[in-house]
Amino acid sequence: MKKFTYRVTDPVGIHARPAGLLVKEAAKFSSKVTITKGAKSVDLKRLFGVMALGVKQGDEITITCDGADETEAASSIEAFLKANL
Amino acid sequence: MITLQGKSVYEAIAIAPLHLLKHTNTSVEKVQVSDVNSELEAFHVAQNLAMRQLDELYHKALETVGEESAAIFEIHKMMLEDMDYVESIERIIQAEKCNAVYAVFQTGESFAEIFASMDDEYMQGRAADVKDISKRLIACLSGAGKDTNCAEGKYILLTDDLAPSETMQMDKKRVAGFVTCAGSANSHTAILARTLGIPAVVNTGELVGDECEGKLVIIDGHNGLVYIEPTSDLLEKYSAQLRSEVAERTALNQLKGELSVTKNGQHVNVYANIGNTADLDKVFENDAEGIGLFRSEFIYLESDDYPTEEKQFAIYKQVAEALGKKKVIIRTLDIGADKQAAYFNLPEEDNPALGYRAIRICLTRKELFKTQLRAICRASAYGKLAIMFPMIISTQEITECKNTLAEVMQELKAENIAFDENIEIGIMVETPAAALMTMELGKIVDFFSIGTNDLTQYTLAIDRQNQSLEKFFDAHHPAVLKLIEMTVQNAHANNIWAGICGELGADLSLTEAFVAMGIDELSVAPSSVLPLRAKIRSL
Repeated sequence: MKKFTYRVTDPVGIHARPAGLLVKEAAKFSSKVTITKGAKSVDLKRLFGVMALGVKQGDEITITCDGADETEAASSIEAFLKANL
Repeated sequence: MITLQGKSVYEAIAIAPLHLLKHTNTSVEKVQVSDVNSELEAFHVAQNLAMRQLDELYHKALETVGEESAAIFEIHKMMLEDMDYVESIERIIQAEKCNAVYAVFQTGESFAEIFASMDDEYMQGRAADVKDISKRLIACLSGAGKDTNCAEGKYILLTDDLAPSETMQMDKKRVAGFVTCAGSANSHTAILARTLGIPAVVNTGELVGDECEGKLVIIDGHNGLVYIEPTSDLLEKYSAQLRSEVAERTALNQLKGELSVTKNGQHVNVYANIGNTADLDKVFENDAEGIGLFRSEFIYLESDDYPTEEKQFAIYKQVAEALGKKKVIIRTLDIGADKQAAYFNLPEEDNPALGYRAIRICLTRKELFKTQLRAICRASAYGKLAIMFPMIISTQEITECKNTLAEVMQELKAENIAFDENIEIGIMVETPAAALMTMELGKIVDFFSIGTNDLTQYTLAIDRQNQSLEKFFDAHHPAVLKLIEMTVQNAHANNIWAGICGELGADLSLTEAFVAMGIDELSVAPSSVLPLRAKIRSL
């Protein structure tokens, strides 16, 4: 299992479009990927769940990848977050 | 004749027969089914069809309105494919042994509810998107939703409300304009209408009866008025106006991308004044060369409490990025007098126009001022920003403003936050004191922008809101014109530039005089940019 945290710097947070791209990124991997904000965790491959988390600028999120390609999944999702959010 | 009054979203005239579009009733009946699998199958076929429609809409939007507006349909596609959404529909069909239409409707309502209850205005707005995709699916399932047949040629669409996707689907060659009973001037649909340039009036209240189908309609987008079966006098008047508008618009549209330059090569920067980020569309639509006045006070007036640095930063950054290399001049907080926000707790004054307002508030409430300056500085890393201080009367005030700005810049440097160290700093020249002192003030700022509304009111000692003083008021009073000329001359003597951002800037009868004075910039309402450019090019 791979796990990392990230603090969102985008002023509008994870709004619809980046949420969609993030979900697409996670869907590339077979591992189970979850996103956690505070006490709430949702499947990162599901758009509505991610949007409903309401992640805003300054929020700390934790991404957990579990499965055959967890290492690649974690590093590619981390790179996506750094570049876009 | 029936007259409807609504809000205009695009200022133009349209005349055409009426076509009523009534949405199928949104309350959906639950039907028990014995064959659950065929309902699941029907849902998947409809989902496929809806995906293809959205694909088409996305590409159509990409070509006609650009990527930013088209992105909405990409988001709709993602929502339509989302497993939470799909599973919820499948679950309802299976568990309740019901029709797919009902399952889609239920899912749409409950997902919309989740968004509507979030504490974020942006996310609340997404509820409409969920409803829109659910409606589309229901239309695909029931084979409905196609444009009803109506007579050949152009028509004016009248409906209860339009979803963004419906606005995009309208055949632009045939829709001369649209009228909706609901909707706000800032809805996505209204923004699309503006971008597409379709005359439209929203929020007219009640829907008219079926008997109006096919009757002649006039949309007066300037006044938000709609006339069904107009009198012949009205028809004649608007027909003439429509003809001249079309001719004028065609001529003006040819000036997009051209420079605002006189016949002997004198160039004037024609910029736009904006009051909020929603005006950005108009800036591009009218090809403004920059933003000469961004009235930052709207951020304060639309808040219930002091707007945070982050909130302001996000807005300034959005504008800076949208304009790219083009200049954006942000006027710092200009509140007080007729512009009041309750949480400022400003005292009642006998003479508010001469009272505690604008820079006078900023220089006595430094923390408030510094928050705004920090937000502007941080956003300056994302485009070409300039800062402008309002209501200045002395060199001391400018020095104080600059000292505060220097403090802010020091702090940002210490925090390793990027900003534009060479950001231009200017002032509004809107008091006779400032105009008379321009030789001295010009030594310590980078530009002057003349606020003619206040300058006129203070120079003539006439309150422009007071209608009983109308006979004494002269917008072209020589005293005001002398102060303007003096300001331009003193700017040039100090090797800095001078512009006008008040209403006189758009007064085409004065353009020649301003150009003769050597004015460097005129900042006007977006809709005045192209007429002003035409005037300058004719000189």
